[in-house]
Amino acid sequence: MKKEWPLWEVFIRGQHGLNHRHVGSLHAPDAEMAIRNARDVYTRRKEGVSIWVVPSALITASDPANRDALFEPATDKIYRHPSFYDIPDEVGKM
Amino acid sequence: MYAQMVTTDANRVRDISEMSDEERVFQERIDRGEKIEPTDWMPEGYRKTLIRQIGQHAHSEIVGQLPEGNWITRAPTLERKAILLAKVQDEAGHGLYLYCAAETLGVTRDELIELLHAGKMKYSSIFNYPTLTWADIGAVGWLVDGAAIMNQVPLQRTSFGPYSRAMVRICKEESFHQRQGFDIMMKMANGTPAQHRMAQDALNRFWYPSLMMFGPSDKDSVHSAQSMSWKIKINTNDELRQKFVDQTVPQAEFLGLTVPDDHLKWNEEKDGYDFSEPDWSEFFEVLKGNGPCNKERLDARIKAWDDGAWVRDGLMAHADKRAAARTAAE
Repeated sequence: MKKEWPLWEVFIRGQHGLNHRHVGSLHAPDAEMAIRNARDVYTRRKEGVSIWVVPSALITASDPANRDALFEPATDKIYRHPSFYDIPDEVGKM
Repeated sequence: MYAQMVTTDANRVRDISEMSDEERVFQERIDRGEKIEPTDWMPEGYRKTLIRQIGQHAHSEIVGQLPEGNWITRAPTLERKAILLAKVQDEAGHGLYLYCAAETLGVTRDELIELLHAGKMKYSSIFNYPTLTWADIGAVGWLVDGAAIMNQVPLQRTSFGPYSRAMVRICKEESFHQRQGFDIMMKMANGTPAQHRMAQDALNRFWYPSLMMFGPSDKDSVHSAQSMSWKIKINTNDELRQKFVDQTVPQAEFLGLTVPDDHLKWNEEKDGYDFSEPDWSEFFEVLKGNGPCNKERLDARIKAWDDGAWVRDGLMAHADKRAAARTAAE
């Protein structure tokens, strides 16, 4: 029998109050082993307080070919940022 | 360098005007300093070269555990043993980060490992030298990890995103490796006359193999030129070797040790040391498999892989069985 351990994506919460962030991937036979391995591979120096693992095969990613269609419309909507608006100094902090 | 003499399939570096539209867009992104991600379009040569380079780098991390692992049970104190264990564990981690980076290019880790075992992929020449005394563990950390850092720091800026991110993580961990090696060398060099002699002997044996790690001069190599235009290689081998010598010689002087090179001399004009080249015929012999430990290293890797097969298969079978039971219960 020969079957390679599936790939898992690893997400670590660095400190209390922060989001889990993607840190890398690893191979493991199941979720429990993936957590154990992630602890050894990605948190040897107190890099985290919590670990998520997700089978890589279950991740759906946006297509790089659609980058412009997805993200380009945001570039000309500068009125979504506070710096777009001039507020006179005498109004004070806003 | 942890990856030596990586070929690119290129006969020459093509001008941007000779490229297809896709390739031109790709090259312009690299020239602008953008990162290439696995799902982006990339030339086949770029993908293949990166698999070779990252794969060889990963193999070096894994095989590199063997010469040091040799001393874990013989470390002189419990503290030294704990430190060496931590370092060797780091090397395993570095290998895993790199295999995962290579896997994003469409090759599996098992495939890479099998290519290594079949002798179709290489690992760094340096790990084919034996670690005969405890001082060698100091010399490996100081010189071998020192040379690796020289190469890996610029690679943090490499164009391929997953490789670059793996390098950032590795570099963060690697400086502990070099410092623990130098710490051992300080203890030995300032110890009894016999310990000092061991330290000098370790430097004598590891100096030239460390210089070989950067690979032969590649100033005329089309592969290096191609890799540099792709930003998967940042400096020439000679540049990195010079930097390594300039950094290391004063450290050897601090230790009261002598670099085994009669021609070593400070050159005011170039603001660096003149030094002797290693024996490149020895380097090519080691690459061909005729170094002192090639067979031992590869045999150890293959044995570990074969002996571990039942564990890998057993855990997989258990996971499959549990998943099937869960499905049946639903």
